[in-house]
Amino acid sequence: MNGDQTPKSSSPKPATGAVALLIATRKGAFILRSDKARRTWRIVGPKFFGHIVHHMVLDSRPNARGGRTLLAATSTGHLGPTMSRSYDLGKTWREAARPPAFAKAAEGQKGRAVGHTFWLTPGHASESGTWYAGTSPQGLFRSEDDGDTWISVSGFNDNPMYTNWAGGEQDGTPGGPMLHSINVDPRNPRHLYIAMSSGGVFESGDSGASWKPLNAGVLADFRPDKYPEYGQDAHCVRLHPAAPDVLYQQNHCGIYRLERPGVKWQRVGENMPKKIGDIGFPVVLHPRDPATLWVFPMDGGTVWPRTSPGGKPASYVSRNSGKTWRRQDSGLPESQGWFTVKRQAMSADTHDPVGVYFGTTSGEIWASRNEGGNWVCVARHLPEIYAVEAVELAR
Amino acid sequence: MKVLIPTLLRSYTGEHSEVEAVGTTLAEVLADLDARYPGIRFRMIDEQDEIRRHIRIWVNRDEVRTLKISLGASDEVIIFQALSGG
Repeated sequence: MNGDQTPKSSSPKPATGAVALLIATRKGAFILRSDKARRTWRIVGPKFFGHIVHHMVLDSRPNARGGRTLLAATSTGHLGPTMSRSYDLGKTWREAARPPAFAKAAEGQKGRAVGHTFWLTPGHASESGTWYAGTSPQGLFRSEDDGDTWISVSGFNDNPMYTNWAGGEQDGTPGGPMLHSINVDPRNPRHLYIAMSSGGVFESGDSGASWKPLNAGVLADFRPDKYPEYGQDAHCVRLHPAAPDVLYQQNHCGIYRLERPGVKWQRVGENMPKKIGDIGFPVVLHPRDPATLWVFPMDGGTVWPRTSPGGKPASYVSRNSGKTWRRQDSGLPESQGWFTVKRQAMSADTHDPVGVYFGTTSGEIWASRNEGGNWVCVARHLPEIYAVEAVELAR
Repeated sequence: MKVLIPTLLRSYTGEHSEVEAVGTTLAEVLADLDARYPGIRFRMIDEQDEIRRHIRIWVNRDEVRTLKISLGASDEVIIFQALSGG
């Protein structure tokens, strides 16, 4: 693998307008809006105060009203999960008529119940109003009416292999087993990738009717069989939007790259500094350059503290598909910075240079206007941050 | 019959703490409640018709664990949130 072999992308034009960060937290949602220069930020919120907001995503496609739909997956400590949508960037919300829910089990059989919706992904550009949702426990759901009603993707949820692939409750994260990283191939709406913690990565070529594991080369060091067909713990998987044969994966056991039609992941995290390692949660891709990606390493040793190694937080960027990595810690605490950054809590805008953003479980938002070259804290004292999505307000 | 609504579900009932619903079983009463206040049932009852972990439902002075229990017009349904937080 080298730079010359990297698939060429059909690069979209860089954005130049204001950016919004959609921030989902354990106690509500916030929207942080920048000026055009991305120098000053103004926060609005909380929305859904006191509710757990798992993910908040703005559709890049125009909806039937000509605007853009904002979806928020929420729950509370006491109540069951639900979903809400907004047509005015979060000023007003309407609750979904039928949130994601598994099929009712036959009499006498134990059925599954959605604990919460963890992940939201808009559908293909040609399928206006379609969305996908990943839940805990692991389930895949689809909406064809802009998030109002959700149907179970039976080809996955009722697959005879489901229990083998998804495992049981003990096989998930402390927050529960989850389905996440739903990626839609921009060339083909029927071509989908999903990932599970745990379970690994799966691929469908028929809109979710059938699935096959896609985990060759990915380590599962917590199992007796270290390279199983499935059962890995994928933390975050991203498909490059402009070079959709390129996928990157931040896994419980390293950072990987896969180039299709190949089926074997390459552990590019082996090229990270050994004292830092290649464990973390998010992986963020450059919007135009499929060779550039960012990660935010966590300490994966001993009892898996999942904080910045040595209390010295830093992002790492690779400009050559993971062949080499560069530390980015300018502006971040030089010591005693025990950051935890969750898998949905880091994202990038589409400016040039790209803005990169992350949120911590201690309620801070950090922003970089120069692709991680310098970091500035732009919000603090927020609740525990689960997700940060950077969106362009205008092009 | 009378149904008492806890604070965290009153966004569905226009902040009313006490509402009316009809039915001969708890399942029917909750279905009627959902018809009047769309979405409220799923927040309390999951898709397997189980009362959610942190929700408690009482009929008069008895806590109930199933939706199949029969009810009369003079019964009172009381919905609580469990005492937990964080």
